Amino acid sequence: MVKKKQNRESEPVAEDFRVIGKNHGKVGAMDRLTGVAKYTDDLSLPRMLHAKILRSPHAHARILNIDTSAAEALDGVFGVVVGSEMPTRYGVIPWTPDEQALAADKARYVGDAVAAVAARDEETANAALKLIDVEYEVLEPLCSPQAALASPLKIHENNKKGNISKHVKLEFGEVDNNLKKADLIIEGHYEFHGTNHAAIEPHCALAYYDNKDLLTIWSSTQVPHYLHRELAKVLVLETRQIRVIQPPLGGAFGAKSEPFDLEFVAAKLSMKTGLPVKCLYTREEVFFAHRGRHPFSMDYRMGFDQNGHILAVDAQTILDGGAYSSFGLVTTYYSGQLLCSPYTFDTFRFESTRVYTNKPTCGPKRGHGSVQPRFAIEVQLDKAAHALGLDPIELRRRNFLGENTRTVNGFVVGSNGFPECLDKIEEASRWRERYDKLPYGRGLGVAGSTYISGTNYCVYPSDLPQAGVQICLDRSGRARIFAGCSDIGQGSDTVLAVIAAENLGLEVNDIRVVSADTDLTPVDLGAYSSRITLMMGHACLMAAENLGKKVREAVAQHWECSAKQVILAGRRAQRLDDPEMFIPIQEAFVLAEAIYGTLGTVGYYDTPKEGVHGEYRGAPIGASPAYSFTAHVVEVDVDAETGDVEVIQIWAAHDCGRALAPILVEGQIEGSVYMGAAEALMENHELMPSGLNPGGRRKHGPGLEGVLAHTSLLDYPIPTTLDTPDIASIIVEKPDPRGPYGAKEAGEGPLHPVIPAIANAIYDAIGVRIDELPITPEKIVAAVQAREEENMKGVRHASASAL
Amino acid sequence: MLRLQPFELVQPESIGEVLQLLSTHAEHVRIISGGTDLVPNLKLGSIKGDVLVSLQRVDELKNLKEADTQLVIGAGVSLHTIATSKLVQGTVPVLADAVGKIASPQIRNMGTLGGNLCLDTRCRYINQSEFIRSSFGGCLKSDGDRCHVVPGGSLCVAALSSDSVPVLIALGADVDIIGPEGERTIPVEELYTKDGVAHIALSSDEVVVRARVPIPAAQTRITYRKWAVRKSIDFPLVSVAVRIDHIKGSPDILEDGRVVVGVLGPQPKILRLSSLQGQPINEEMAHKVAGIVSRRCTPLANVPYSEDYRKLRLAVEVKRAIRSLFI
Ligand SMILES: Cc1cc2nc3c(=O)[nH]c(=O)nc-3n(C[C@H](O)[C@H](O)[C@H](O)COP(=O)(O)OP(=O)(O)OC[C@H]3O[C@@H](n4cnc5c(N)ncnc54)[C@H](O)[C@@H]3O)c2cc1C
Ligand code: SF4
Repeated sequence: MVKKKQNRESEPVAEDFRVIGKNHGKVGAMDRLTGVAKYTDDLSLPRMLHAKILRSPHAHARILNIDTSAAEALDGVFGVVVGSEMPTRYGVIPWTPDEQALAADKARYVGDAVAAVAARDEETANAALKLIDVEYEVLEPLCSPQAALASPLKIHENNKKGNISKHVKLEFGEVDNNLKKADLIIEGHYEFHGTNHAAIEPHCALAYYDNKDLLTIWSSTQVPHYLHRELAKVLVLETRQIRVIQPPLGGAFGAKSEPFDLEFVAAKLSMKTGLPVKCLYTREEVFFAHRGRHPFSMDYRMGFDQNGHILAVDAQTILDGGAYSSFGLVTTYYSGQLLCSPYTFDTFRFESTRVYTNKPTCGPKRGHGSVQPRFAIEVQLDKAAHALGLDPIELRRRNFLGENTRTVNGFVVGSNGFPECLDKIEEASRWRERYDKLPYGRGLGVAGSTYISGTNYCVYPSDLPQAGVQICLDRSGRARIFAGCSDIGQGSDTVLAVIAAENLGLEVNDIRVVSADTDLTPVDLGAYSSRITLMMGHACLMAAENLGKKVREAVAQHWECSAKQVILAGRRAQRLDDPEMFIPIQEAFVLAEAIYGTLGTVGYYDTPKEGVHGEYRGAPIGASPAYSFTAHVVEVDVDAETGDVEVIQIWAAHDCGRALAPILVEGQIEGSVYMGAAEALMENHELMPSGLNPGGRRKHGPGLEGVLAHTSLLDYPIPTTLDTPDIASIIVEKPDPRGPYGAKEAGEGPLHPVIPAIANAIYDAIGVRIDELPITPEKIVAAVQAREEENMKGVRHASASAL
Repeated sequence: MLRLQPFELVQPESIGEVLQLLSTHAEHVRIISGGTDLVPNLKLGSIKGDVLVSLQRVDELKNLKEADTQLVIGAGVSLHTIATSKLVQGTVPVLADAVGKIASPQIRNMGTLGGNLCLDTRCRYINQSEFIRSSFGGCLKSDGDRCHVVPGGSLCVAALSSDSVPVLIALGADVDIIGPEGERTIPVEELYTKDGVAHIALSSDEVVVRARVPIPAAQTRITYRKWAVRKSIDFPLVSVAVRIDHIKGSPDILEDGRVVVGVLGPQPKILRLSSLQGQPINEEMAHKVAGIVSRRCTPLANVPYSEDYRKLRLAVEVKRAIRSLFI
């Protein structure tokens, strides 16, 4: 017993934990399951108005005049707002403020917001929108990066570099030299299409500017803090006048990680009318607001030696950014910066150009900026393995980056369970017996990846902590956590409760988590880049440890022993050397409160800034305190005649450092796999066909440029349960010294390998490569036909030469 | 959420009342049965409906029975009932199968046979919100003057997308229709016109009462194949019913047959296989028929997904359909 205790003091092993790593339900889950949870649209205030937003039917048009008088005169209309009333340009990245709450001078995509109405109900607001007269000067729509780069017409007049939103070129080592030395060069062109997050809850905001000049806004946001800042800027209010509350969210996935027109509109209309105003998007508006995955057009060249070692990676990428910047500056960096593990390369160069187009704005979707290049590189690796006659898993092992090391671009990597991930999926999928040996039509494919556990830098420069919590205990025998972070369904409230319960001797149910309310909770930057478990985890651990220490000391005084002799576990304070000696935890809290007064502490966390990345322009972007690793094997069944691909099973192994709440980690793996498979095979945030059709036979009518093709969840397919493969989620734990209890991220990494693993499995099944996503039956059939024609030529050629 | 425009809902309890209501309310009166097609279209504003006459309380429409050599299915019978009824499964299994492929379990609970027969045509330019349609000026089927699928065309070619219709036609089913002038019976195929804007050959005061489905004889084999992106919820992008009748006593030799193809234009396309009479039902026939269908059917760019692929897919589905009917 005593020995075990010593164990605990050094490196904690899983069995020593009371709460961490155990299977407990998710905080708030029953509320959601039973319909008790109140989402933003479930909220209602007395005399509340409903707002609707007028959107541009043109992809690119100058706004010459807006006449709202008829709308204002309509019975039931209380307020109208137009862009000139909120002219401040903002952007979630402070370096690229190119958006306005409502477009004042120019509409830049079909769906761009130009005016809004608050009325007694949505019907009246909709009727009023029809009465607003907007005079447009229609401009040439630039709906592809090629068109935008070629045109002298600028989408943003003030942009210095034509329609280029961001350009990054970085080189590490001498790539060209290494390409010359290489025994094998693999070159490929890859297309990644645009996809939306398709969160089930559409965006919604309810704002009330009250008679104390205080603006309260309930919003389905995943970044209350950034919203808080931008609201102040655009509405010209002091931050102290604004309170942002984030109610439970029905999914986000990056779709809600910056401010949107509806929040400004609801707030401004409330300021104008003095009444509460709600604005709820239609599904179509969700597709307009978008911020989904950027379409990437990628040219990759990689050099290998004969043993399969990667000597050089040369990546050229065009990012289709859509109308505004969003996180685009970061996306452009991520498109290269996040590529440099889990494999080691001697040299690396990437050049990425993000282009403005007259389309809905692209932004961060789960696996921000790195899912697309991951597709390219993992397929490249598969091609290399085939060219060299190597098993693709073996090729990946040979290029393993290692632990406690630096990547070619200077990121410092701590723990790295990638080899274990490979081992697990190799075994689980019976890879060795089956890869390359299955009958025609069946195939296995592998891919790996990495992701960040938050980024070292806040989106605005600051020396402040990234995450903060406050914990209170009292004589009722429970704890309250006040945390600025956003539980968007990923379970961050649960992670905090688990850490606090572990340290305070409580059960998860004894913890009340109050999160994401800028009046009540300390600042956290938000739910993006998989930062919360690591950052808020640390902050919570700091606060909980402090409080736990006080409680143990109080009990120690009572028992006249040392605080080290007291442990808090299972709702008890207990003598370490005598398990029979204990008091209920509530009594322990009472003892502590009697000695120390009201019990409360704060905890906070800031990222390490020194020595964790290289020293070059852009070096910190993408650098993280800790990196997760993932490997998947996918099994597919392909019908070469119809092109149907059925994903039979996905084995996904993910190194999350330590699984603080394993059910949540499994949920994140499953959700990621589901989402990735959907992107690979089904989803496409595409425009309607316009101009000549693909066969060049027919010209589509005018006016279709820039119009989204699929604006409902019927036409934009996401998989039903019947379309969802079996998923084996395998947790690998390689604790990272930089994570709380060693924990790293789990919410985004496991998405990355799915897409290339499916593509690689299709190759194993039928021997064709689909390098342009999504992988549709049509593309498969075309590739099979092309191969057959090629073979025929070969046969003809062979017989001709035989003659 | 898209808002539903306000409407008046009337809930008669007999067919007589329904007919009366239809004739007294002139402008924008609509029959609503399960509402699973009508309500989404009202929300999109692609159709108008000020007064909705509900069939839900009309019990006369909910009969499902076997009468002589026919299965008689009331227009108000739910899709779920048809798909799961022992009677249907036992007598006309292909119909239960096709209806079981419609939409999703929830929608099959609400949706009815009458609604499936009279389902509006579908097209990527019409199944859009008013806003999206306004951004390209609408089309012939809604507040516009041109067709985007067939530029220059004067008829709407939106696609018949019902999963039950091809099968019912292959079975040789009829529908009973009642109107102010009384009842009439027509073959299912005659319910459809060439014009996707008004593709149901009924006047606004007529009601589909029931379908009469001949129970196939022993020498008749029928199958239905549907292709859609997902395994549930989606409308068909390719749909085909194939019927083969063999010569009595010679199960390998074709007596007659027909192929009914949906999702082309507003009308189902019926191809008769009488020219193959006397030929063996085998792989060669599967290829032949696939070839005929491929030559005679041209999917259009009305529903999503490329026309070329849908053409290819149709041929494969026909071939596989026939293969599944070999004995
Ligand atoms: C998400 C989704 C997926 C779908 N997928 C499919 C699919 O895969 N396959 C498919 O076939 N359908 C599909 N549908 C369409 C629809 O659900 C079905 O076609 C259903 O059968 C319609 O029946 P209903 O009773 O709901 O019709 P309603 O919506 O009530 O009516 C449809 C039309 O028929 C008219 N009508 C109804 N009954 C009569 C009658 N007795 N006499 C005259 N006119 C009548 C109505 O006036 C209306 O114009 C889908 C619908 C949705 C929303
Ligand atoms: S076929 Fe033509 S007219 Fe008919 S709905 Fe489609 S675009 Fe409109």
